[in-house]
Amino acid sequence: MREAVDPLLVVVLLLNFAILGTSRLKAVIERSALQGVLLGVLVVLIHGGFAVQTTVIALATVLIKGVLIPTLLHRAMRDAEIRREIEPLVGYITSLLLGAVATGGAVLFARVLPLAPGHVGSLLVPASLATVLTGFLVLCTRRKAISQVVGYLVLENGIFVMGLSLLDAMPFLVEIGVLLDLLVAVFVIGIIINHISREFSSLDTARLSALRE
Amino acid sequence: MALALFLVPLLLAGVAFVTPSERWRPWLVALGGALHLVLVVLALRTPEVSALGGWLLLDPVGRLILALVSVLFFLCSLYAPGYLALRPERSNRVFCTCLLGFLGTTTLMTESHHLGLMWVALEATTLASAPMLYFNRNRRSLEATWKYLLIGSVGIALALLGSLFLAYSAFREGLVTSLLFEDLVRDAPHLSRPWLQSAFVLLFVGYGTKMGLAPMHTWKPDAYGESPGLVGALLAGGLTSCAFLALLRFYQICSAAGEAEFVRQLMVLIGLLSIAVAGVFMARQRDFKRMLAYSSVEHMGILVLGMGIGGAAVFGALLHLVNNGLAKGVLFLSAGNIHRAYGSKLTVSVSGALRRVPVSAALFLGGFFAITGSPPFGPFLSEFTILRAAIDSGQLVVGGLLLALLFVVFVGMGATVLSVVQGEPSKTLAEDGFRDGPLTVGPAIVFLALVLLLGLYIPPPLDALLRDAASFVEGGS
Repeated sequence: MREAVDPLLVVVLLLNFAILGTSRLKAVIERSALQGVLLGVLVVLIHGGFAVQTTVIALATVLIKGVLIPTLLHRAMRDAEIRREIEPLVGYITSLLLGAVATGGAVLFARVLPLAPGHVGSLLVPASLATVLTGFLVLCTRRKAISQVVGYLVLENGIFVMGLSLLDAMPFLVEIGVLLDLLVAVFVIGIIINHISREFSSLDTARLSALRE
Repeated sequence: MALALFLVPLLLAGVAFVTPSERWRPWLVALGGALHLVLVVLALRTPEVSALGGWLLLDPVGRLILALVSVLFFLCSLYAPGYLALRPERSNRVFCTCLLGFLGTTTLMTESHHLGLMWVALEATTLASAPMLYFNRNRRSLEATWKYLLIGSVGIALALLGSLFLAYSAFREGLVTSLLFEDLVRDAPHLSRPWLQSAFVLLFVGYGTKMGLAPMHTWKPDAYGESPGLVGALLAGGLTSCAFLALLRFYQICSAAGEAEFVRQLMVLIGLLSIAVAGVFMARQRDFKRMLAYSSVEHMGILVLGMGIGGAAVFGALLHLVNNGLAKGVLFLSAGNIHRAYGSKLTVSVSGALRRVPVSAALFLGGFFAITGSPPFGPFLSEFTILRAAIDSGQLVVGGLLLALLFVVFVGMGATVLSVVQGEPSKTLAEDGFRDGPLTVGPAIVFLALVLLLGLYIPPPLDALLRDAASFVEGGS
């Protein structure tokens, strides 16, 4: 089943661009959720078969990243009555170009680092780094609170891909702990977003500017 | 034992959540603090505390930081009932639950010997503290909480990536792929160098964000400025110390790998930068709580600088960790009282605190002298140890810069503190406003007494703890 890993990683990379290139928040949330579901599938593909641990992690990943978190974000979006990202700090075309540069850079950087014999030629490490960088890009350039959260989720997805190559190092308990932390984080963030939209009648984080020197 | 240490506070957090009484809930926090302190004293007397097959292990540094966190939390928990009684307009259900949750997760963090579990625990402390920052429920605290959550979570996400890089450095060389601290230290000389170095940079940025080192400190003034003084004390004394513990773990792995030189240079650089940035922003700072936040940036800088200098400075840094935690307790609690008394934390509207709230103002002034390293308080001793180690080991430039920067900080911080405590209180203040009470000044008095004690005499058990911790960090047994 390992031959299906690289094509799926290509889809993950394409989703990065799909997230960078759109202003509709609903689409951004759905695309990051799809990435989450793919990660769950990758867990099964890479670790071959349906051992109890693998299955639980895969299911938890799909459930948390693919269902629960998007639901929370959709609800936050509906409560705040916003649909689109407006005027990101960097335009969509430019951010797509930057995304391409980041992906290229990730591939080059992964070549510089000495990879383990099994990973030479695989897309695991480059895909991970590229996704992390994409997450950063979204975080830094978007102004709506929800887009920034999606950026954080994409960043986490990138780290998850790195974790896929190292299941021994990231045992069951830790993997689940990370997922739970993520869920609680988005839950708390959802509450805060709700309060921001009530207090400021907007989710534009550029308005959060009272505190400065 | 290892399990009880963090499960008891978490259990009490659950109890606090279901307790209906607004009046008794804060006392439950105090009870949690007291129980935890008793458990920690018992644990410190037990030679070996471990559980879950070595995932949880209380090593000498962990003991030191756990003891600090426990004392800090206990005194702050005594302050909580008095403080929360002044804020009857808000429900304290979430606040009390999060306080106890915070204690449980920080304890778990100090015990973790599995770097993945340690990450989970530290992220959990971030999440437990976010609702406490938002206690005031206004626009400013909302903005602060948002920044804290987002910057903190991204920073710590980088730390997770760094931990995975570290595991990969073992995987690449065909070693046991694990994130158990003991395995990594043992195999350190064989780890893949490029991965190890990339890992350390990511970890340093990640956990450095959590510690609030410059230039990743931007969340700190907002978070400490807008949260209740009690939360500021717990974050500045407890959470940052835990993040420092995380850095110490990786410092140990890197020095075991023979990369100490690389790590130390980075630490000296970031340490000096943090002190310098803090010095710049503290000068003419008009908000005295934000000033305390920059003071925290400064002292985190001193801690990593001490590690970077090495030798006797490691002992100095660990002693400074304790001094800083206790002194931050005095400063944040007394600043919180002054804030209550005036309804403002800007120096334009706060003056004459020595007349209005004499005890709190005196404590604030005492805390200022302590934290800036004036004798006879504890921080003088620890800063002096670090400085002497720098000069003894021939790092004269570093030592000189440290001394100059400490002076700049003293002057900058002094101007703000003096304008708060001196002068005449404004006539427009209501006569029936907040006054010093035993519950609100008592804990701060004990903090100041402890800082003073550490400057005059280090009790033998603490001295032994510090020496064990220093030799453990330096790679001894």
